[in-house]
Amino acid sequence: MSEVANNTKSMSLIVTKGTLDWAYPPFILATTAAAMGLEVTMFFTFYGLTLLKKKLDLEISTLGNPAMKMPMMGMHMVMPNLVSAMPGADAMATTMMKNLIKKKGVASIEELRQMAVEADVKMIACQMTLDLFEYTMDDMIEGPTVGGAATYIENATKCDINLFI
Amino acid sequence: MADQILDAKGLSCPLPILRTKKALKDLPTGGTLQVLATDPGAVKDFEAFCRTTGNQLMESKVEDKVYSFLIKRTA
Repeated sequence: MSEVANNTKSMSLIVTKGTLDWAYPPFILATTAAAMGLEVTMFFTFYGLTLLKKKLDLEISTLGNPAMKMPMMGMHMVMPNLVSAMPGADAMATTMMKNLIKKKGVASIEELRQMAVEADVKMIACQMTLDLFEYTMDDMIEGPTVGGAATYIENATKCDINLFI
Repeated sequence: MADQILDAKGLSCPLPILRTKKALKDLPTGGTLQVLATDPGAVKDFEAFCRTTGNQLMESKVEDKVYSFLIKRTA
């Protein structure tokens, strides 16, 4: 057991969602864990794969999201589904969310992703998802490697923390 | 006085921690860093960060809604 000498803690994340809001938890946890000395691996699959695209165009949708109560005019408002379904509603919600993010000193996803890359967070792009949604690694940022479920599982067996997001 | 001061005021989680990590890297072992933050969650986070990384949190205080953490690089 040559790995016994290495007592560095480690964490793996399965990243499955690609909307602006759900892009935050994996990148926040990955960058923070890396800053705390953990070895971090992120496995990007399904809609999460799009978070590796060179140019991010992340959006948020209020449709079917009754928990999304946004601070507005001194109270918290939910967008009715009927309104959320109208053309332009997602773009508007996205703009509002991005303004809020900036105002509150929250990092952008681009910023967090860059920090994850700089912190040597290991990123794996799911081969099956690449094929399914017709992407190639040329569409993605430099750094990630390609792998499948077995690649992830092998890695996860060695990790102290494994999260599905 | 700390060897270096990091102003993380106005930044939300996890930026104060990430910036701190970066700043600590540039300090010699034994050097001290003072971090200023306005995120109330930073109090617990800096304790956890220092415990996990093995750096020493020498002081944690708040004044006029600004949190101040004095960290000695020991890791």
